[in-house]
Amino acid sequence: MNETSAPTLAPEVADLLRTAQQYRQRLQGDLHEQVVEAIYTEAERIVSRAVSSPAAPARPTFDRTLDRIVTSRLWGFPIMFALFAVMFWITISGANVPSGLLAELLVERGHPWLRELTLAWGWPDWLRGLTIDGVYLATAWVVSVMLPPMAIFFPMFTLLEDFGYLPRVAFNLDALFRKAGAHGKQAMSLMMGFGCNAAGVVSTRIIDSPRERLLAILTNNFSLCNGRWPTQFLMATLFVGALVPAPWSSLAAAAAVTGVAALGVALTFLVSWALTRTVLKGQPSAFSLELPPYRPPRLWQTLYTSLLDRTLFVLWRAVVFAVPAGALIWLSANVHVGGDSIAAHLVRTLDPVALWLGLNGVILLAYVLAIPANEIVIPTVLMLTVLVTGTPEAGAGAGVMFEIEDDNVLKQLLLQGGWTALTGINLMLFSLLHNPCSTTLYTIYKETGSLRWTMWAALLPLGLGIVVCFLVARLWQLFA
Amino acid sequence: MNSTPQSPSAAALPASEACASCAVFRAARLRKLGVRIGHADFVVALAGNPNTGKSTVFNALTGLRQHTGNWPGKTVTRAEGAFEYNGHRYKLVDLPGTYSLLSTSPDEQVARDFLLFAQPDVTVIVADATRLERNLNLVLQVLEITDRAVLCVNLMDEAERHGLQIDTRQLARDLGVPVVGTAARRGQGLAELLQAIEDVATGRVRCRPHRLPEPPPALREAIRVLVEKLERAYPGLPNARWVAMRLLAGDESILNAIRTGELAELVRSRTVRETAAQPATP
Repeated sequence: MNETSAPTLAPEVADLLRTAQQYRQRLQGDLHEQVVEAIYTEAERIVSRAVSSPAAPARPTFDRTLDRIVTSRLWGFPIMFALFAVMFWITISGANVPSGLLAELLVERGHPWLRELTLAWGWPDWLRGLTIDGVYLATAWVVSVMLPPMAIFFPMFTLLEDFGYLPRVAFNLDALFRKAGAHGKQAMSLMMGFGCNAAGVVSTRIIDSPRERLLAILTNNFSLCNGRWPTQFLMATLFVGALVPAPWSSLAAAAAVTGVAALGVALTFLVSWALTRTVLKGQPSAFSLELPPYRPPRLWQTLYTSLLDRTLFVLWRAVVFAVPAGALIWLSANVHVGGDSIAAHLVRTLDPVALWLGLNGVILLAYVLAIPANEIVIPTVLMLTVLVTGTPEAGAGAGVMFEIEDDNVLKQLLLQGGWTALTGINLMLFSLLHNPCSTTLYTIYKETGSLRWTMWAALLPLGLGIVVCFLVARLWQLFA
Repeated sequence: MNSTPQSPSAAALPASEACASCAVFRAARLRKLGVRIGHADFVVALAGNPNTGKSTVFNALTGLRQHTGNWPGKTVTRAEGAFEYNGHRYKLVDLPGTYSLLSTSPDEQVARDFLLFAQPDVTVIVADATRLERNLNLVLQVLEITDRAVLCVNLMDEAERHGLQIDTRQLARDLGVPVVGTAARRGQGLAELLQAIEDVATGRVRCRPHRLPEPPPALREAIRVLVEKLERAYPGLPNARWVAMRLLAGDESILNAIRTGELAELVRSRTVRETAAQPATP
């Protein structure tokens, strides 16, 4: 291909290539095809001797019937949306009670108890503040806000994956990808991205064409990852759910999360489409997608592995990052420069830009701090709000975290910090549309070997996020 | 593993089927070592078409938890783990699924390069019992390049549900390597698989792998010359014959590997780099 640009070859290698070329020209017919044909013939002969199929195909038609429904033009997409919406709804309504219990145990009881204890031990104020108000509270919030929804959502998603539904989703999306000029297998990396974007980026290796692979890498961040689901669930519950009458709130919240996830998929197509017409021109290549048989998922094993591999893994990552972040945030809120804390200074600096985007300074600061991991956005936001608005004992009040009522302590806290429904909605959007975490960026750099494309991957979603949040904020002002 | 010496007669005694499927029996001889690879007596590669359950077999033998899922393309990089069986330590390498050694996506190249150039002691080919004919395409290609292989016909439970009957003994006769039927998800057949791996690794069982018909005389001459030249250019190159065939077929990925010096690098290290996938920059 690029014989001219290749490094100078050793003489024996050049000789080898030349000889191969000469022999190849003398060959009759396509050797590759002959080899493949010989293999096929042998395979057929061997199987005919060793495998006996029943006279009447005992193959249950269940698979085929189900496939016809879930991949049909008419029903494919509605079923897909309904399935995901139901999963989100179960997650949101199921997380209420356990989240409340955990919050009561860890935040409302555990936090004052630890303060009392350290008071009795005679710890200095700064040490108690750093460890109990900083590190402990951040961790307690991570556990109570993130554990229940993840423990419900991830097993359901894994069951669906083990059953064999994901390739059907890929099948449904394939035509759209082709229209966007991308590879159909991008649907697979998109699905992987719903777990972890770094894994999604690595999974693009199944795509052979470098151009199409790059498309898949650049758009993978539009799949909401593990670390971002809790933000979606919490904001949808607190702010979107509250916009409608109580009986409908879980449903509205689920619809909002479905909407954001669907927006991500839509943007994947749109951005792929735009890129193939500008910087990554080319034709999509054909491929065949194998629809594996449906397999009854193994319930207990799935629950066990998805709890260990995903839920606890994500939680652990969040805790690992939340501990130093908690300490850092406490310090920044308690070290005063010129009469104000560092955090207050930073938040005030960011506020004008942030408010203009329908967010606030706390959120933007949280996203700067959360570059290592999306998981810590929520605890960082909560910590900063508490410390900046000066209500460190907010946890002592009554109420639970996931209950949509006005006495919800979390909601009270955020309202005191100046949050509105717009802030919540724009946080959901910004959570979808911002730069990938540093792990994913590093993975993108390793996979593409190019700083330029890594920058693209970081700035493209961030730019989109700014535009979308800005537009939503303007529209909101217009109508509200 | 405690090294209680076994009398030869006891070792030779064939375990009854009831014994072999008993967890206690297996547990006594298998020790899952997870990622503690350390020194390994044998290197075993898991190859096969996508979505045939390689990672499930891998997890069952090593005790690790590689992500498994019911869709093709789940594993894109090499995963390594270890287990100990009958006093031997094995390093197990889980390769990405591949339909053929002749194709070229980055994940498939990882599998191809490892099988060809890292030369594992035993190659376990995991095949889907319900799609055996298509799976055999890869099996036959792998048997062209190795003398030590085991065919693991997985998903036997599904084949049974579909009313398929698979004669593993006939398959073993035709293919010239041990064939074991398994249902890895349920842990069935793994004891026999372990035994087959050990038999081949230690040389207790000699494989006479099935080979495709000899090429016509004109081609034979070309192959002979090219193999000679390949061996001169790359001393120690494993599977030179296969590479020669691919050169004659005009395989771009092999030609590129020669031009860029990647092949030389592969031969030099004799192990495949972890990041064998090519950068995606066009």
